[in-house]
Amino acid sequence: MSTPDVRAAVEAAYREEWGQVVATLIGLTGDWDLAEDCTQEAFAAALTTWERDGVPRRPGAWLTITARNRATDRLRRDTTGAAKLRQLAALPPEPRDESPEEIPDERLRLIFTCCHPALPFPARVALTLRTLAGLTTGEIARAFLSPEPGMGQRISRAKRKIQEAGIPYRVPPVEKLPERLAGVLAVLYLIFNEGYGEADQQRALTVEAIRLARVLVTLMPAEPEPRGLLALMLLHESRRATRLRDGVLVTLEQQDRTRWDRALIAEGVAVLDEALGMRRAGPYQLQAAIAACHATAPDAAATDWVEIAGLYADLARIAPSPVVELNRAVAVAMAEGIPAGLALVDALASTDRLDGYHLLPATRADLLRRAGRLAEARTSYEQALALAPTEADRRYLAGRLREVGPET
Amino acid sequence: MKYVLLICDDEVDAPTNEQLAADPVHTAWLDDLDRRGGVISMGRLRPVVDATTIRVRDGETLISDGPFAETKDFVGGFLMVECADLDEAVEIAAGHPYAQRGSVEIRPVWE
Repeated sequence: MSTPDVRAAVEAAYREEWGQVVATLIGLTGDWDLAEDCTQEAFAAALTTWERDGVPRRPGAWLTITARNRATDRLRRDTTGAAKLRQLAALPPEPRDESPEEIPDERLRLIFTCCHPALPFPARVALTLRTLAGLTTGEIARAFLSPEPGMGQRISRAKRKIQEAGIPYRVPPVEKLPERLAGVLAVLYLIFNEGYGEADQQRALTVEAIRLARVLVTLMPAEPEPRGLLALMLLHESRRATRLRDGVLVTLEQQDRTRWDRALIAEGVAVLDEALGMRRAGPYQLQAAIAACHATAPDAAATDWVEIAGLYADLARIAPSPVVELNRAVAVAMAEGIPAGLALVDALASTDRLDGYHLLPATRADLLRRAGRLAEARTSYEQALALAPTEADRRYLAGRLREVGPET
Repeated sequence: MKYVLLICDDEVDAPTNEQLAADPVHTAWLDDLDRRGGVISMGRLRPVVDATTIRVRDGETLISDGPFAETKDFVGGFLMVECADLDEAVEIAAGHPYAQRGSVEIRPVWE
């Protein structure tokens, strides 16, 4: 095999197999650093061995057993490694292509441990990207615009706490599962959203988040919410390319629908249908259902706002939040008329629950503009502009402000 | 693994020993501990008005009244217990009545 082909095969295996190899090695040795180091070495060995012998039929098994052998060598040199060595003997001695069943998939244990609530939330995110997705510390640091040494420290502190505080390497028992699964989904969704606001990156976080959500769906086939989250991500991703134009935010209404990715929309809708078929609604399924309404509307005017307002009402009931209320207000305005929506926005503004959130005045401004109350819209756009967090938001709001006319 | 559970509250309206002994949440917690086994040592602490804090600075011993830290919650009791892992320690901590009125801090012990 030629070198570029082997390199491509190793890179593909890295994306597909990294998490599983690390997860198995942690299960066998209980040592996170050793597991990562030996997995890294196995991928390095693959580059030379696969060029000589060809790419194995099951690269994952080859990599796992090679990494396991490296770990055995290291533990032999280390007298305290004796107990761990006994567990390692459970795998076959040489990388072979037969009987794949003997290597257990430990990724579910890994993901629940990475997302354990005793770890700080940012560490859960970083650790998931490092150990499960195989991103380097540098890649994670760049994705979150934070310095690399700090990110490295965050990851190593988390690994140390897992070891020293006795965080178990396991899938939580069934009575704790709903709560803990919600924590895992929150980590994956944060990774997705972090990537959603960004222009193209070398390893886009949205793509990593979707890959991780797919893994979770495979590992927990009976749970509807991982499917709901995967569908939500696919539907959002389908329109990522149209969200910004020359660094200015483009609203859903104004996005070029011909550029939405139809394949992602079709898959998102299919995955959502599978989830809804399980008849256990959850917040991600509802959000995906809302996203599907938008994604399948032929144009902005044909959007089924009555359905969307109903879905937001369901969402507000099972996962109450002022942001959901604000979105419901927009849907009600579109379904029942601007005054009904404005009344909901004003009721929300009279509490202090969304103080400082730029989308509250921005939403109010948009509704006032649609109602032709331009002077009031102007005041609200100005308030929103002062609170907007990103340049893309500010550019969009400044454009709207010009549209509603000069101060009178 | 060994863990120490530091059972804390702000000492406002703290229950008396008799009230605590009659609290069904507390008795259920003790029963649960009995079933699990593994308790190494435990105790309720007298309130912070009885605390004394010692510091040695430049060879001089400084004795002061009250707890060291100016925090809202004070340690009011402790439990040292052998657990399978952190999740078991969390279960024990969550069952204590003070988890509802104050907080329980879990600290793994150097071993």
